[in-house]
Amino acid sequence: MLTETRMNQSNSTATGMGTGLFEGTNRQIRSLAHEDIAMTVENLDLYYGETQALKSVSLKIPRQRVTAFIGPSGCGKSTLLRCFNRMNDLVESCHIEGAINLHDVNIYRRDTDVAELRRRVGMVFQKPNPFPKSIYENVAYGLRLQGVKNRRVLDEVVEQSIKAVGLWDEVKDRLRSNAFGLSGGQQQRLVIARAIAIEPEVILLDEPTSALDPISTAKIEELIEELKQRYTILIVTHNMQQAARVSDYTAYMYLGEVVEHADTMDLFTNPGQKATEDYITGRYG
Amino acid sequence: MENKRIGGHYSHRYDAELEEIVNRALAMGGLVESQLSSALRAFIEGDAERAEAVIENDTRVNTFEVTIDERCVEIFARRQPAAMDLRLIVAVIKTITDLERIGDLAESIARMAQRQAEGERLRKQTFRDIETMGNRVTRMLEEALDAFARMDAAAAVEVVRQDFAIDRDHEAIIRQNVTYMMEDPRNISRMLDVTHATRALERAGDHVRNMCEYTIYLVKGRDVRHIDLSEMEAIVNAGESRGTDEKES
Repeated sequence: MLTETRMNQSNSTATGMGTGLFEGTNRQIRSLAHEDIAMTVENLDLYYGETQALKSVSLKIPRQRVTAFIGPSGCGKSTLLRCFNRMNDLVESCHIEGAINLHDVNIYRRDTDVAELRRRVGMVFQKPNPFPKSIYENVAYGLRLQGVKNRRVLDEVVEQSIKAVGLWDEVKDRLRSNAFGLSGGQQQRLVIARAIAIEPEVILLDEPTSALDPISTAKIEELIEELKQRYTILIVTHNMQQAARVSDYTAYMYLGEVVEHADTMDLFTNPGQKATEDYITGRYG
Repeated sequence: MENKRIGGHYSHRYDAELEEIVNRALAMGGLVESQLSSALRAFIEGDAERAEAVIENDTRVNTFEVTIDERCVEIFARRQPAAMDLRLIVAVIKTITDLERIGDLAESIARMAQRQAEGERLRKQTFRDIETMGNRVTRMLEEALDAFARMDAAAAVEVVRQDFAIDRDHEAIIRQNVTYMMEDPRNISRMLDVTHATRALERAGDHVRNMCEYTIYLVKGRDVRHIDLSEMEAIVNAGESRGTDEKES
């Protein structure tokens, strides 16, 4: 499926690869113009009190792709990520102008059902945050909130979700034990299982591996690759190699603005902006 | 060498490592350049001693290649280079491969020079054209290394353009050699060496062209292999700015 989508990117800004031996298998540079768009951000300004944290951000988030946000600390990438499911509503002094659309409906409309929005746009944080409940109940939690009581349905969704994050074999014999007994990496995968149990459309990952060891990190990265077959994924990461490994598109942010948003491989091999180049190569800006 | 495009990392050590591989590649280039011109002179003048020196020196060229490759692999492993840094290392790795090949061609010209040195000299005019061609190739190599050192894509294209002249020289000399061979069949075996030396020079020109393509890749981030000159020029002359993808759509 992956190859198919890649090959369907018939357009390309990178011609110069003449015809020949590998025609049709050349990796084309993706372009947002040819993607199915899941969410759009329009002229988003965000203020914490007097301080402006996001400045007129406009972005298109392609469906079933991984979009990574990179940039130095304080550039607004986590703030932007939290805008996609209105987590910033919880911050008292936060004030937002502009729009974020999901299916052409502005999620900042007054009549938005925020709980429903967060079901459709799930989130996973830097530190795994399982509930102080059993492994099973953690994953079933969202469904129970939705009023699902059917035991068989719950069992099935829990199993499917835990299998989807590759945790099943590790926990199938102790579904009833407390989730805190799992390792950090297992907890993080459990939290992702909890997020996907309620069938979201978009998953927001806020530095999901920064508290994990390299092997757990690799497992989460593998998982992201799997998950994008079904979900649209946004990830904030401090680890540029991680962005390069897992994402299809990367947005480089600096001082509350999106400096460059492009195909990940293109951005990492041939950035269009000097500022991006300086950041990803580790130079003084 | 001071190159603003290499320096400026938070890690000075990284700057130094990149500068080191570039400097070594340029030093290797200088050596190959002198190998080629030396081999050519040995061939034209029938100088066996000079030819011997070229053959011996080829191991130095090979050592350069191996050690620079090693350093590049180290940088990959340690630094996970990106963007310009990544392209620089790829360009260096590929450039030195072509340089090493040019070194081998110089060595084979030197071996033919040793054979020329034995026995009776061929007519002087036989060598006049090959000398012109050889000088052209050597100058191209020098200019290609210069374009690489200055990271100058426009200069690299200029060198590529000269490769066409080399190809014309090559054809002309081959035609002429055929005539000489028909005139005097006793010299056929030595004229064949002249033909092979011409061929080696033509190949060296192709390697120089490759090097220029890597320089363009390094500077412009675009793969310009296997395309014609006009396309290459368009890429080099195109502005560099690409904002966010949003703006295009």
